[in-house]
Amino acid sequence: MIFFVLILLALLGWLSLVMVGLFAIVGFQDGVFWVVSTAMISAAVGVVLAKDIFKAALCLVATFLLMAGLFVLLSAEFLAVVQVLVYVGAVSILIVFSVLLTRSMAEKRPSIPLQVVAATLSTLLMLLIIIAVSSTDWVVIGPDLGDTRLGLIEEVLGDTPQFISGMLLNKWVVPFEAASVLLLAAILGALVLIREQRDES
Amino acid sequence: MNLERLLILSAILFAIGLYGALTRRNAVAVLMALEIMFSAVNLAFIASSRYIVPSSLRVDSFIPSTETVQSLLTGQIFAIFIIAVSAAEIALGLAIIMVVYKNRDSIDVSELNSLNR
Repeated sequence: MIFFVLILLALLGWLSLVMVGLFAIVGFQDGVFWVVSTAMISAAVGVVLAKDIFKAALCLVATFLLMAGLFVLLSAEFLAVVQVLVYVGAVSILIVFSVLLTRSMAEKRPSIPLQVVAATLSTLLMLLIIIAVSSTDWVVIGPDLGDTRLGLIEEVLGDTPQFISGMLLNKWVVPFEAASVLLLAAILGALVLIREQRDES
Repeated sequence: MNLERLLILSAILFAIGLYGALTRRNAVAVLMALEIMFSAVNLAFIASSRYIVPSSLRVDSFIPSTETVQSLLTGQIFAIFIIAVSAAEIALGLAIIMVVYKNRDSIDVSELNSLNR
């Protein structure tokens, strides 16, 4: 027991040493980005490949939490809070409950041709997107915009909830109402689907 | 921490989710892979809204105000709508899965082919 604790402590110390070194080399933001993105990719692979469906659900929770961390890094704090509330709080609970309610069956592995076709399809799509992204000439926010505009951008990005609420209720009010109607329809549909069928007699 | 890196990360996540959605046979696992794809698209939207200059800011002739600058946040608005839609999708999808499980005692998606007969 003590032995395992010691090994765990050594591993943690080694990991933090590596992370401190990484942060010192590439800077804090880049270091956080690399750590979070590698962890997120491995968690997503875990969701896709884990045989046990409950472990896959736990990996999904990890993916959502890391995604919220990335949102904070992108100065979208409101979205990070919404991500934690909706995905980690609600969607994951729903998924875990349905995993528990549908008795876990021994999932057969998919056939080899299907795996090959799916792997080639998704790899091709990924390569296509990567080529398109890296060959596009993006106009990104930089010092060439001038100080007044950069100051305004800082102001907007520093207080996103205020501006998001203003935009949602002015310019985007019709999609906002449509989304609320969609959620209502989804709630009613789920209730009707899941309701116990009672005999009329 | 620049735009290309984030978009490539989102592409990788989307591909992982696509592979899972095509190969998993448990219906709940297929829904989980779909959620990964939704998250990848969200990440792309938010990265774009953080880094790309909106066209209203590029015009040199007029003085920008907070009203024009806040169009920077359109990507985040889109992400909010995606989150709402995916919440509705997961609720309905899980309800359908529960009904299928009650009726057929299995949620293997490769066995759900009764429309085929």
